[in-house]
Amino acid sequence: MSLYARGAITGVGETEYSRASGRSVLRLTLEASLAAIADAGLAPGDIDGVIPYGNFQVVAEDLITNLGLSDLRFSAVTPLGGASCVAAVQCAAAAIAAGVCNHVLVPVARNGASGGRIGMRVNEMPQFRVVGEFEAPVGAAAPAQLYAPMARRHMELYGTTSRDFAEIAVTTRRHAILNGRAIMSTPLSVEDHQSSRLIADPFRLYDCSLESDGAAAIVVSSAERARDLRQPRVVVLGVGEGHPESPSAITQRRDLTRLGTAVAARCAFGMAGVTPEDIDVAEIYDCFTYIVLCQLEDLGFCEKGEGGAFVRDGALGLGGRLPTNTHGGLLSQAHMVGMNHVVELVRQLRGEAGAAQVVGAELGLVTGYGDMGDGTVAIFGRA
Amino acid sequence: MESIERPLAPPNPDAAPYWDGLREGRLMLQSCVSCGTVRHYPRPLCAECHSFEVEWLPSCCMGRVHSWTVIHHAFHPAFEDELPYCLVTVDLAEGVRVNVPLRDAGPHELGIGHRVHIVFERESAALTLPACVLVLRNEDPVV
Repeated sequence: MSLYARGAITGVGETEYSRASGRSVLRLTLEASLAAIADAGLAPGDIDGVIPYGNFQVVAEDLITNLGLSDLRFSAVTPLGGASCVAAVQCAAAAIAAGVCNHVLVPVARNGASGGRIGMRVNEMPQFRVVGEFEAPVGAAAPAQLYAPMARRHMELYGTTSRDFAEIAVTTRRHAILNGRAIMSTPLSVEDHQSSRLIADPFRLYDCSLESDGAAAIVVSSAERARDLRQPRVVVLGVGEGHPESPSAITQRRDLTRLGTAVAARCAFGMAGVTPEDIDVAEIYDCFTYIVLCQLEDLGFCEKGEGGAFVRDGALGLGGRLPTNTHGGLLSQAHMVGMNHVVELVRQLRGEAGAAQVVGAELGLVTGYGDMGDGTVAIFGRA
Repeated sequence: MESIERPLAPPNPDAAPYWDGLREGRLMLQSCVSCGTVRHYPRPLCAECHSFEVEWLPSCCMGRVHSWTVIHHAFHPAFEDELPYCLVTVDLAEGVRVNVPLRDAGPHELGIGHRVHIVFERESAALTLPACVLVLRNEDPVV
């Protein structure tokens, strides 16, 4: 049994994004959840499956208690860091296809700026245990510090430059301004990027994603039932999860320039029966500019080593070869663990993306990237 | 003023010989008794043959630069005073890697494949950590 066209994204919801929400993570979760359920034209009581974000700050019991879910038949977590949200789409589609449940709520919320900063989660997450034990003592613990050697290796092998990373940061900021619901609202130039302070060389400040407060949620329903719901159908045509070699320590990975994304992409493209050339719009997990560039290669939009040349000619902008992160991404909209990427792709395919709408978008791709290289890919189509 | 302590994980019996070795000025690596595969970081099981039987061997401490980064933002207060510092991903001769600070050289002197060797820095009676220094390119390393 394939998950091809078994699930559909029927509802999306967001709170405002900020650096100080003034509300609890649970409250934010519930606000975005209610918005997504209403967007689908459902009532909270229709939700019979939940996949809370896998950091265990909010659990299924909280959702049952607050939303009054009287018939919850399915709950799971997909704790793959930034790959969690797209992994949850696969998990929800599988549960729906198996007949376990009909409408799965997937919410993500965080006070990533005003609460605990994301940068030093190393001692809180079991996925970071090996790094916490053997690398944190010498000063390698935050994601910027752990991923920088991957980017440096890519630069040395393939001639990729910081200027290429700037291209991604600047284009993403332009999209955030068009989106209007983004934390960053002033233009960014290549010169701004190149003169921003170094965090972990080669990463400068504007290569790094935001730390933000807010929430985003989706409802995944059976593609059949989606026909009767309020919104145009956005169907999950392909989805996949892939894990890299040496998933607990990047240092030991034979090829530092490859992520689990390549495995996930083969699965998702194969299931959907489409190729990278068919994709109209892409929302690519952008915790760091380089991670976008690397995924473009692993996804097959270009060959390994050609990511720099691919982004150089404006390919990622509106009207370019592959309009990417049309909402402003984690770099300039907000760090919602990539759930904002899923929300944006749905809006693009419904034609609701406002000033950043990709004209005629029918087929789109969204990715997640988890802490040490886990990759998830989903392909959605308007149907 | 008392210095801020480095972030350290709770003791892990699977890795005790590694930390003991550092205190004695040796970089101890796990070698599978059954199939001979060398692995790092320390863990209980050989992924090649699934044997728990392991012997600990000292690394020759010679290696080559695989990649690097220069840290300009500390994220943890223990490293504020060391900024900026360079971390080198080192391909050890035994076929595994370490991620260690570079001493006595700057990042502009680094390139993929450049020779380094591992040195040991005593932090306290309980803790010694590995670092690396560049081996001059014309100098044959003593293995």
